[in-house]
Amino acid sequence: MADVMISNQSPFVGGAPDQFYTPALPSKRASVDAAKATFMGWRRENGRVGVRNHVVLLPLDDLSNAACEAVANNIKGTIALPHAYGRLQFGEDLAVHFRTLIGIGSNPNVAAVIVIGIEEQWTNRVVEGIAKTGKPVVGFGIEQHGDIATIARASYQAKKFLQWATELPREECSITELWISTKCGESDTTTGLSSCPTVGNMYDKLIPHGIYGVFGETSEITGAEHLCKERAASPEIAEKWYKMWKSYQDDVIEAHKTDDLSDSQPTKGNIEGGLTTIEEKALGNLEKIGHECKYIDALEPAEAPAKGPGLYYMDTSSAAAECVTLMAAAGYVVHTFPTGQGNVIGNPVVPVIKISGNPRTVRTMGEHIDVDVTGVLRRDMTIPEAGDALIDMIIRTANGRLTAAESLGHREFVMTKLYRSA
Amino acid sequence: MTSTANGDGRNPHVLAHSPKDNVAVAVIEGLKADTDAFGVVTENNGTFRVHVKSDIPIGHKVALTDLKAGDTAIKYGQDVGKITADVAKGEHVHTHNMKTKRW
Repeated sequence: MADVMISNQSPFVGGAPDQFYTPALPSKRASVDAAKATFMGWRRENGRVGVRNHVVLLPLDDLSNAACEAVANNIKGTIALPHAYGRLQFGEDLAVHFRTLIGIGSNPNVAAVIVIGIEEQWTNRVVEGIAKTGKPVVGFGIEQHGDIATIARASYQAKKFLQWATELPREECSITELWISTKCGESDTTTGLSSCPTVGNMYDKLIPHGIYGVFGETSEITGAEHLCKERAASPEIAEKWYKMWKSYQDDVIEAHKTDDLSDSQPTKGNIEGGLTTIEEKALGNLEKIGHECKYIDALEPAEAPAKGPGLYYMDTSSAAAECVTLMAAAGYVVHTFPTGQGNVIGNPVVPVIKISGNPRTVRTMGEHIDVDVTGVLRRDMTIPEAGDALIDMIIRTANGRLTAAESLGHREFVMTKLYRSA
Repeated sequence: MTSTANGDGRNPHVLAHSPKDNVAVAVIEGLKADTDAFGVVTENNGTFRVHVKSDIPIGHKVALTDLKAGDTAIKYGQDVGKITADVAKGEHVHTHNMKTKRW
């Protein structure tokens, strides 16, 4: 028997660093007519299109994580979304909690949902919220049953949902049906020069064709608030946005501020990457919305956009997992994530596409990067070419290519907490 | 691959965003003191040279003019903070000689 020779070119040979991140895109891709691009997606009961087909075990509260994880272990192919909160919250903090859970369950990347809570009433509130999409959803309360019986009942149901979901057909969908969110992380000076303008170029190209976009990170607009305010579609939306930003400054920053926010703005990673001040970081951050689009509304955390296609602002933390979770809860199905120093975040229901222009990061941790735009810093790749490379990767991801974060098992699901529980 | 207008066609050592900027970013690893660095302004493809006087890690900033304590650092053509100690053209600009005006 002849030895099987595997060439060095084989995609199945080779260890770190991963040589399979997207190479700098041939310029012929620049001719792709993005508006005519399609992908194979799942059209849900409410007409929205998903790019993943998850069956989710959703805990109402921290106490129900164990049961959800046990069901996900029993029924292979389902995923549990453990999180830290859900007890004794009240007011707007509780409203954000419910909006996030109902929103995640309602996300078109989710085919069916099982909600497990410590008791049935709040559990049913989440079930009823998700049921408005028309997708299959069932809830189980633990009290008066215990974990073991609950896990058994939920496992039978999860198996039915999973086998149903895995037979759902995919259909050809226009790229213009995608809802694409953005937030950057572990930024450095290269993000403002390369990966953030890459996302901005993607939005400038796709927003006019009818996609939904969203950006946020309220604290990280500080230093560029005058520019961000100018990007509102109307004076009313500009004022609505400014109130959101100012209220965060007054109620949170002024109330609790410390020098450089205790090395949190900028972070130690930002500073290692050359960013010195929040103003510098904010100006790079804002490159993600390109030059043409205007945001048509300023959303509360996890609020679904309701003014039709276009770019939205969402009031979010700048912490990556909190922000991406809120955007996923608002219904966004693909996330674009520029990084300089190498943030490794993922999300359990939304593929997070990483873009980096920092050659040291791509060299030392390339397995985390989906789109390599280091050519922008060498000046042998233009921003429009980088934007095309990102659009190409969005289409490939929508067609099923697992992102670096999905491949590496990053499923950060983090609830936003506005204040202490009762 | 499109060739970008960058003067003599070499890959830049440093990039500035705007012609108004008084700092530029090192975009290669291992930029050493005493290098005659080649720079490009991304906004208009203008080129410049700056004699680098400190080792500049990738992503870190170099002063494009002599800066005095109290001056404003300009990047993206915008105010990005205050200079807190005198910096000579070509020297490293970072947390040791620059600070936010916000918090």
